[in-house]
Amino acid sequence: MKYFHLVMANLGRHKRRTILTIASVALALFLFASLRTVVTTLSRAAQFGSARRLVVLNATGLVFPIPLSYANRLTTAKGVSAVTWANWFGGRYGDNKRFFAQFAVDPTSYLAMYPEIVLPEDQKQAFLRERSSAIVGRRLLDLFGWRLGQDITIQGTIFPGDWTFTIRGVYTPSDPVINDDMMLFHHAYLEERTGRPGLAGWYVLEINDPNNAAPIGKTIDDGFRNSSTPTKTGTEQAFNASFATMWGNVSLLMGTIGMAVVFAILLVTANAMMMSSRERTGEVAVLKTIGFTDRTLFGLVMLEAGIIAVTGAVLGLGGAKLLYKASNFNAGGFLPGFDVTTNTLILGLAVTLLLMLASGLVPAIRAARLPVVQALRRVE
Amino acid sequence: MKVPLSYNARSLLQRPVSTALTALGIALVVAVFIGMLALANGFRSALTRTGSNQNVLVLRRGADSELSSGMDRQGASIVTASPHVAAGADGRPMVSPEVYVVIPLPRAGADTTGLANVVVRGVSAAAWTVRNNVGVSAGRKPQSGKAEICVGKKLAGRFNNTAVGETLRFGGRNWNVVCQFSANGSAFESEIWGENEQFMPVFRGESFQSLTFRLRDPAAFEEVKRTLEADRRLTVDVYREADFYTEQSQLLGRILQILAILITSIMAIGAVFGAINTMYAAVAARAPEIAVLLTLGFHPRSVLASFLAESALIALVGGILGALLALPINGIVTSTTNWASFSEIAFSFRVTPGLLLAGVGFALVMGLIGGFFPAWRAARMPVIQALR
Repeated sequence: MKYFHLVMANLGRHKRRTILTIASVALALFLFASLRTVVTTLSRAAQFGSARRLVVLNATGLVFPIPLSYANRLTTAKGVSAVTWANWFGGRYGDNKRFFAQFAVDPTSYLAMYPEIVLPEDQKQAFLRERSSAIVGRRLLDLFGWRLGQDITIQGTIFPGDWTFTIRGVYTPSDPVINDDMMLFHHAYLEERTGRPGLAGWYVLEINDPNNAAPIGKTIDDGFRNSSTPTKTGTEQAFNASFATMWGNVSLLMGTIGMAVVFAILLVTANAMMMSSRERTGEVAVLKTIGFTDRTLFGLVMLEAGIIAVTGAVLGLGGAKLLYKASNFNAGGFLPGFDVTTNTLILGLAVTLLLMLASGLVPAIRAARLPVVQALRRVE
Repeated sequence: MKVPLSYNARSLLQRPVSTALTALGIALVVAVFIGMLALANGFRSALTRTGSNQNVLVLRRGADSELSSGMDRQGASIVTASPHVAAGADGRPMVSPEVYVVIPLPRAGADTTGLANVVVRGVSAAAWTVRNNVGVSAGRKPQSGKAEICVGKKLAGRFNNTAVGETLRFGGRNWNVVCQFSANGSAFESEIWGENEQFMPVFRGESFQSLTFRLRDPAAFEEVKRTLEADRRLTVDVYREADFYTEQSQLLGRILQILAILITSIMAIGAVFGAINTMYAAVAARAPEIAVLLTLGFHPRSVLASFLAESALIALVGGILGALLALPINGIVTSTTNWASFSEIAFSFRVTPGLLLAGVGFALVMGLIGGFFPAWRAARMPVIQALR
């Protein structure tokens, strides 16, 4: 480490070049971390789901309802300990610039089914008591500047008309994968307003033993096979995973772009390193003459490349981590729990190492192998 | 007097590695730029081609997609009876009241766990002439009263049992695939079509979702819209078909476009930094040459222009290379869910000449920005000092 000063002095010689190169590395790793986080967030959402929860859908498709009368039969099904149901509402708020999900749920059983949806007890009671009330996620409340007790009006697209709800509670999800920008309201209110009672969008079941998910699902589906509405039962995880696949091949897209980014920046860094080393041919010859070994010179150049790469990486990766954390970014509700994982950070450092090797290797070898006499001839 | 461009070209050839690395960096940025915009472009274009300017789409008031809409038989016949509906060759009104649902189909191939939401559209016999971009490419049209379906071209191969002659099961029934249709690359090609009267009982009962008809006079759209929306017997929203489907592409199209611009601008900054480094090094290495140029009487402005041109030249090479790199993705079919209609649509990447030009232009801008400060320094070089 006694040559650290020498390396720093070399880096400081072309301050502008060093800073620009570090900045390019930082930008590249920032992009790398962001792109990879899109993939990890989606796959985390796809894997989310309690093993104890099953989702029952209409076999014809997600958009078709299931009779509410199935609830009784589902409750009594073997291995099922709790049942709740929900409906997609699909409303628009205001100018519809910011979309958010609204669900009509059976309040008591739904909140019991999802302990991840956390709200203060008094707010919960207020919500349960009042049929035309709703609870909203913390982010939604902040986004629109709502407050507790406020009436908000939503235009129905599937269920026409203006729907007014009173906000009685604000929840914060205990698991970041659960959206903090949903709105939940009473299923009974939906039935009352539409005048078409007895239909649920889907059911969520809690089962006693997660290992029995498959047989329980099969028993349920077999039981309804010849009914007016056959069902399709699967784990909550499979249900969530099917949503994640709907985006198409995101990981391939993000991966390809990520590769291009890393490679493009490799070119910039390699170029900068090579320019530095070419300008210093004479110096290297002098250093060799005064007794620096080939190995030391090799190490010095690699160290220089390493400092550039690592500084850039720390700025880029750290910047990504902090920025997304601080801004509470969730891509307009599409990517809840967007957070740069440790895994991504480690992978980013591995890329950095690769960057250092690839950009430093050629100049370092060149420095180590430099024939002294020939190079000295150029020194004035 | 201007410094000849060949001076710059030769200078670049003097340091081939550095030039190549910088150009390649710019090429990658341009390739990603073109690639991502080609994706957004392909998606938009698929939906834009879906609708026709001659057609009118009628939905229930307040419904923002065909899926959430609904229309009863009476409403459908009121619209059909409108004098603005064009008559076909057989004298019948060119109207298609449609059943529109989304069903889950397992994807073919290795990933069988994935379900895709596919649109099933029940159409009237007239639909095939109302939608003039639709044409049967294999087999024959489904016959009325039979459990027969026609499958969009882009579904074949991506889902099992979608070839002509096979049987596809959905909605609790078997359906014979009797034809395949193409629709000019539009979103229709990702749909399954059958007879509306056949689909009604298996899906949502006695109700259509939407109604599409051909205008007698395309210019009279505003009047039609006014009349139908004011009709007290109906509660409908009336759209020009082309506008409606274009609107459907806005949400995702915009996301893709913003993403493309965000990612490529961050990449571009990195590439510009690379260009700045390269050009500064070039200027520093050629200080005596520049001094000679200035001594010979070249105006500093000419020297500035010359180095800007040199930087632009590197960028131009990079831009063209990037365009060539991105070109092969043209036509590759990919799919995604259009969240506006909650269904999966397949579409092709579309690399247009305009996009290629934009990519090369983008490269030039990077080159000019990257070259400006180094060129500025070259132009203001103190002659005496440099000549030493």
